[in-house]
Amino acid sequence: MLHIVNKSPYEKNSVASCLAHAQQGGAVLLIEDAVYAATKGNAAEAAVRRAMQALPVYALGPDLEARGVQGSVIDGVQVVDYGGFVDLVAEHRTSQSWL
Amino acid sequence: MSQVEEETAVEAEVQAVVKKFMFVNRKAPYGTIYALEGLEVVLISAAFDQDVSLAFLDDGVYQLLKGQQTKALEVKNFSPTYRALEGYDVEKLYVERESLEARGIREDQLLVPVQVVSAKEMAELMEQQDVIIGF
Repeated sequence: MLHIVNKSPYEKNSVASCLAHAQQGGAVLLIEDAVYAATKGNAAEAAVRRAMQALPVYALGPDLEARGVQGSVIDGVQVVDYGGFVDLVAEHRTSQSWL
Repeated sequence: MSQVEEETAVEAEVQAVVKKFMFVNRKAPYGTIYALEGLEVVLISAAFDQDVSLAFLDDGVYQLLKGQQTKALEVKNFSPTYRALEGYDVEKLYVERESLEARGIREDQLLVPVQVVSAKEMAELMEQQDVIIGF
């Protein structure tokens, strides 16, 4: 399953809850304000690093760039463009949005 | 095959497609419109004879708390609707134990019979679905 999150880890617990439920074989894609969770030193960094031991974590490049944080992405988080977003949705049988 | 036969065959095929739908509720009832809108969508999907289940986690568990009184707010108290779900064959209500405990809520404070599951069991239930819609 592809898990998609769009909320800042400081505004909502969506990122934390998603990472706690994402299973091996799935993937997590951080978009919009959730891309802050993909940056070094943020409150969710430890949870993101832990999740990456079991499944890949992606962040949407255009959203990172718009917020000026493209230079501080946590090592191991894979940056994708809109085409990559579409590929991820196509690769997984289901997707779930964490609002 | 006559046109009528053909239509009947197509109809049978359409009817055979039953997907597992899970509606994931993660928001408290009155602060936003999500909980009410989610409930509306659940009722619609039940009318299409799908295999529907509801998950309640994080602040979503507040939706099921007994004793909601919205008169002074002048908004609809939609909590009795959860008790009507059974009549629509929506009987799978899963509530996450960790979310209840974090909010000091006991199972006997909930307004409908539910299955309390761990976060891990909830994650596994999510994996079994064909469609997941979050509110």
